[in-house]
Order: sequence, then C-alpha cells, then structure tokens
Amino acid sequence: MSNTTKNILMAGVGGQGVILASEIVAEAVMLAGFDVKKSEVHGMAQRGGSVTSHVCFGEKVYSPIIRDGEVDILFSFELLETLRFQSVLKDDPIILVNQQKILPPSVLLGKDVYPENIAGLLQERYPRFKLINAQGLAQQAGNARAVNVAFVGALSRYLDVPESSWHAAIKAMLPPKLVEVNLKAFTLGRDT
Amino acid sequence: MSKKNTPMKVLLSGNEAIARGAHEAGVSVASAYPGTPSTEILENIIQYKEIYAEWAPNEKVAVEVATGAAIAGARAMATMKHVGVNVAADPLFTASYTGVRGGLVIVSADDPDMHSSQNEQDNRNYAKFSKIPMLEPADSQEAKEYVRIAFELSEQFDTPVFIRLTTRTSHAKSVVTLEEPQFHARNVLGSQSKNGRAAVFGSFLVHPDRSKFVMLPQNARGRHPFVEKRLKRLTDFAETFDRNEMIMQDTSCGIISSGVSYHYARESFPDASFLKLAMVYPLPVEKIRQFASTVKKLYVFEELDPFFEDQIKALGIEVTGKEVFPICGEFNPSVAAQGISGTQDRRDEAPLVEYLPPRPPNMCPGCPHRGIFYTLKKMNVFVAGDIGCYTLGALPPLKTLDTCICMGGGIGHAQGIDKALRDKVSGTTVAVIGDSTFLHSGITGLLNIVYNRGTSTVIILDNRTTAMTGRQEHPGTGFTLQGQETKAINYRTLCAALGVEHIRTVDSYNLKDAERIISEEVSRPEPSVVIAERPCKLYRRVKQPQTTPYTVKEDICKGCKDCLQIGCPALQWKTQKPVDKAFINQALCAGCSICAQLCPVDAIVRAEDNE
Repeated sequence: MSNTTKNILMAGVGGQGVILASEIVAEAVMLAGFDVKKSEVHGMAQRGGSVTSHVCFGEKVYSPIIRDGEVDILFSFELLETLRFQSVLKDDPIILVNQQKILPPSVLLGKDVYPENIAGLLQERYPRFKLINAQGLAQQAGNARAVNVAFVGALSRYLDVPESSWHAAIKAMLPPKLVEVNLKAFTLGRDT
Repeated sequence: MSKKNTPMKVLLSGNEAIARGAHEAGVSVASAYPGTPSTEILENIIQYKEIYAEWAPNEKVAVEVATGAAIAGARAMATMKHVGVNVAADPLFTASYTGVRGGLVIVSADDPDMHSSQNEQDNRNYAKFSKIPMLEPADSQEAKEYVRIAFELSEQFDTPVFIRLTTRTSHAKSVVTLEEPQFHARNVLGSQSKNGRAAVFGSFLVHPDRSKFVMLPQNARGRHPFVEKRLKRLTDFAETFDRNEMIMQDTSCGIISSGVSYHYARESFPDASFLKLAMVYPLPVEKIRQFASTVKKLYVFEELDPFFEDQIKALGIEVTGKEVFPICGEFNPSVAAQGISGTQDRRDEAPLVEYLPPRPPNMCPGCPHRGIFYTLKKMNVFVAGDIGCYTLGALPPLKTLDTCICMGGGIGHAQGIDKALRDKVSGTTVAVIGDSTFLHSGITGLLNIVYNRGTSTVIILDNRTTAMTGRQEHPGTGFTLQGQETKAINYRTLCAALGVEHIRTVDSYNLKDAERIISEEVSRPEPSVVIAERPCKLYRRVKQPQTTPYTVKEDICKGCKDCLQIGCPALQWKTQKPVDKAFINQALCAGCSICAQLCPVDAIVRAEDNE
C-alpha cells in the first residue's frame, strides 16, 4: 500500500548519471530486504533532455511510477530540474539538490534566462530542503566523476537501509577499479 | 548475473527478464531489429551463449528467421517495438495459419505516450486481427515467467504467441527470482527426446509436412478452419488459466485490467476487487461474466484502445472505461484515481518560478548530422525525412526536416512529391535516411525511384551505427550483435546495382564540399545518391581520433550569432558589454569544426591555436 511505500523521484539532465544512481539505490534497498520497483524512459528522451527516475520501495510495491502527490523524497541532480516537480510532492517532502547548474539550450542561446536564487526559494518553501555540493565531495574523494555516488551518499542518510547494503550495491553496480573511489565518495556524501 | 545458488533474487528490467525467460525456456534462436523500448532484450540475450541471436535488417526478416527455426522444431523468438509488428505483419498473419513445431514467440513492445515513437498504436489489436493469442506481463517476474508459458502454449496449441510489453514493463526494474534453465529441444515427431538437438531438428527434413507449411490456396483453406477451432480452444483455456486472476476484496468496485495498468490501479485502489488478465487475447468470457456479477460497479482500466471494453460491452455487460479514462497517452496511478474517484492528485500551489526553460532532446556535440542539416537549410530544399536521431533535424534552430512517418518512408515521399509536382519542384526535394534505416527498408524505395524514372536525390547519413536506439550493429557496420567481425555492405556497390548512376560521397564535417556536391546532385534530373560519411560521436567499435576542442577568440567575435544556427549544445551565448559574444564549452566541444567553418570572421579556432 502506498502509505508504507517510500517514493523517491530522481531528476536531472542526460549525462549526469541519474540512471546509475537509481540503479544503486534500487539495488541497495533490495539487498536490505525490501520489494522495489524503478522506472525511467530510454531512447529519444535521453538525448540531452530532462531525465527522471522513479524508485519505489517497501514491503510490497505495485506501481513503478509514483502517484502524483506521493513523492517522499525529491533527489535532484540539477537546480532548475528541481522546480519541475513541485506539483507531485507529498506534504513536507525531503528535497536534496546537487549544487549544479546546467544551462538549457534556450538559455545558452540567450533566449531564456536561467532562474535566479533557486536554492534560496526552495529553502524558503521547504523546511526539509538540503543543498549538497556533490562535485566538491567527489573531487575530495579523488574522482570528479563520482559525483552521483557522493550524492547518493547524502541520500542514504534518509533511508532505512544498512550501510553494508549500500556498499554491496556500489560494488555490484560499478567496475572493480572504480569501487574504492566511489565508496570514498559515498562515505563523504553520507557524512555531510 | 546467473550465479550458482539459484533461486536467487535480482533486479531486472522487463527486457532483461524476457531475455532471462528465453534462457530458462530453452530458446535456440532469437532475431530482432532494434527499436525502443524493445532493444535491450536481444542485447541481454547474448549473455546466454546457447542461444543463437542476431540483429536482422528489419522486423519482417526477424519474424521469418524465427518462424524458420520454429518450423525446424526449435524454440524461437522475434522481438520488436510496436511499429515493428507493422513491418512483420505479413509473415505473422500466415504463420498464424501454419502454426509451428517448436514454440514461436513474438514480443511486441508498445510505447504509450510515444516516449520514443511516431505513434502509440495498441498492438493488442494485432492479436485479434491475426488470431494469435497474446500474454501481457505486469512486471519483470511475470515477463520472465510468461516467456515459458508462451512457449508451452505455442507448442500445445500449434500457434505463434505474442507477448506484449509496454515502455513501463520493458524499462521498469523489479525483483525477479531466477530459476535453472530447462532443456526444451522438442521432438518434432511427438515423442520427447533428451539426447541432442540434431536428431530432433533433423527429423523435420525427413518429414517436411507441406500441407501445413506451404500456404498454397488449397492448403491455406485447410488451415483457416484450424485457426478458428484453435481460437475456441484458446478461449476455453483462458477460462481456466490461473494467471487470469480474480482478486476478490471490496466488491463495491471491481476493476478489469492487465499489464502495468493493473499495478497503477492497485496502487491507487489497494482494496478494490480485480480481474487481472494475463492473457489479453482471447478473453475468458465466462470469468469476466462471473467477475462482473460479483462486483457492484465495474471498471475496465486499460491503456490506449478500448480493447477489452468493446469486447466486454459486446457480451452485454455494463462497464465503465473510456468515458472516464483517456484513450491517448500513458496511464499512471493518478489516472486511475481521477477516473474512479474524481480526485486531483497534483498539488494546487503556486510554483516557485512561473516559467521554466524547457530541456528538449538535441543532437550530441559533434553529431555528423548537424552539418548536413545546416547545408540543406541553406539550400532551402524540401527534406523528406525518416526515423532516427536525425529526425531531431526538424527541431529549432535547424528546422530542416519536413516529413517523418515510418522507417524507410522518406524515399517514397520524395518520389511522390517529385511525381505530383513534376517540373515545379525539380531540384528542390531530397530524402535523408540513416544507414540502419536505409538497410531496414529504404532500398526498395530507391529501387522504385530508379525504376520509375524519378529524379530525387537520396542522402544516406552513414554514421556506422543504429544510433537512436543506443548504437546497435547492422549489416553496414561490419560487426554482428555479438561484436564478431563480418562483411559490411558497400553502399556504393549496392546503389549502383539498383541502377543509380550518380553516387557521391561527402565528409559530413566538410560544409563546403557537402553544399557543392548535394547541390550538384539535387539539380541533376536523374536519380542520385549522396553518402554522407562520419561515424556517430558515440560510436564504439573503432577508436575515433582524439579531437581538440574549439574556442572563440573574444577579440575577433562580432556577436553575429551565425554559429548558433546549428544548435550545438557546446555553443553558448555570453551576455557582456559592449557586445554579447559566443562562447564554447570546452568540456562539451567534440572538435567537429562545423561552427568554425560558419564563422564569417574566423573567430573560432582550435583551442591549442589560441595560446
């Protein structure tokens, strides 16, 4: 039933590693003994466009798409993308945002303006908003590309999943030579 | 993925689960043409080395290959996206008559909401039309299990069997319990044989059974009554099929549904009663009557067409469906909630920011299509287009693709336009088509232009891969599905053999040459082909040379925006005083040089030259 299911909506831009992050989260919650479903769209939608992934877990999960208004955690890899999902959030949602701006084409071409002070606006509206400098954490871990795993580390604090499941999921989802640096990034994210 | 201690639980997408199901069901042959959302089935099937798997040039060939394997007694599978079934419909409708020896399963992955498609046809209609039974799994566990069930039905009822997926069953991941594969080489003579497939398959050659597999009219007349009887037997089966499941809870609301739609409805109405249909054709008529009679208010919750609804209403049963649920687009739990309870799930609160700049899909930095479309735009020709990444050439700022209907269609459009308007359009129409799409179904269109004295120019955008679906191999790449080296088709020789006398090659990154050569061929009153060559920027088989990114010399840039006309994600606009200027994101620039060729004042140079 939906009231016992936790729903995480992940948002970002093609190329940011949103899908890999959602794979790690889904694997970790499964290893922790939960039923889990996750859903996103491949194909034309990923060519540089907005990307979303729904991750739903609990004792028994039915829909792989989150019901509107039932998003417990909005996990956004990009500032502007965060703003697209206000209408599907639950009351008092957790909102984690990676402190990164990627300019959409119309902004690059000088036709639109990238909204200002997004973090400030979110902070004001949502008490459980948190801004994460995942890029900084990844660099600190020793690999700028571990940004998505560092960000997952920050998310891990909010989920009832043992640390060992997270580590196992990272080991399962990443090539062996990248595991160490990503575990480091994960831990830095978890400790922010 | 397949570790020793089965049963084990893993997270699989529906497509991965279908591949796993093929392995567990003892499939011998699988053939497909890539198409979102079906592509990953074959990409995953290759991990099971006992299965022969191939990319076919199109879906019709894939079905024919699978049918041949099934005639030989093997279990065989063809997989495709929903519109692929249109291409494969010809062999399918008659394979329905012939039936099979080994099981034959056709996977159709539909795309409600057209996430990556040109229409959202509901392929359940194909089951009814071709009189082929269809199963529809609701999640990955079912996807895996239904493959085995589909093969058993195929062999038991002597019929091809459809499995219908949708984007959300293909691409959603859920927990699957793995099982050991079973050996299923079926003895075509009727008795079970365990000792090797050669004997099993070989028996076919001794007993060909022409009355079953040669569909001459007199034989086909014999098979049609068989098909009708089979459908009756299948309907009886559907009544007792335990996967057509009644979940009796609160009987004030009963919902008939199938596939992922069932889960959407169950999410929003966990306590309602459900008739969950695993077999979506033929329908279990008595079971539906029984369910209808035990619930107070009956709904049918089905994505796209009123396929169940029409059949249920024809039984004289009162049911609510498309009056409250949309025909167009994809469902989700909120659609169920709104249709049944009238609830609006979306929050009614002011957005923090009124207008959000959109983020549409775009061609990649360095995409070889960009320069060709820029050239065609400059030439102001009518561009009959096709299906692939290059369809994005229709979007701003390029806006240079004028038709896109189906795979291979653009070449026919060009000929039709040419013949309809004759002299008025001579020299103003071209067809553009990707390499994979050309081999899929463009060759016959070109043959038609030559044969019927057409004058169109066909531009083959050869990026050496099936890019849009995720870079799959095809007969022009020189590699098989498994990455083995093989012959690569020579487009020049092929087009020459079709009778094209003017075949030119251009480098997609050379704007001057492209414009000169395409202009010459377009103005020529004869059929011609231009092959625009450059591998996709994401091409992986052959290592691409390291490229230096470009940069803008700020002191030279006049801010004319010519470079922005190609819509490259690496090219950005910097507002500054006194004049706004272009700026290149070094991290994104792929060094293709197209923007540098466009700059009227040579302000764009290789980064290393701008010391």
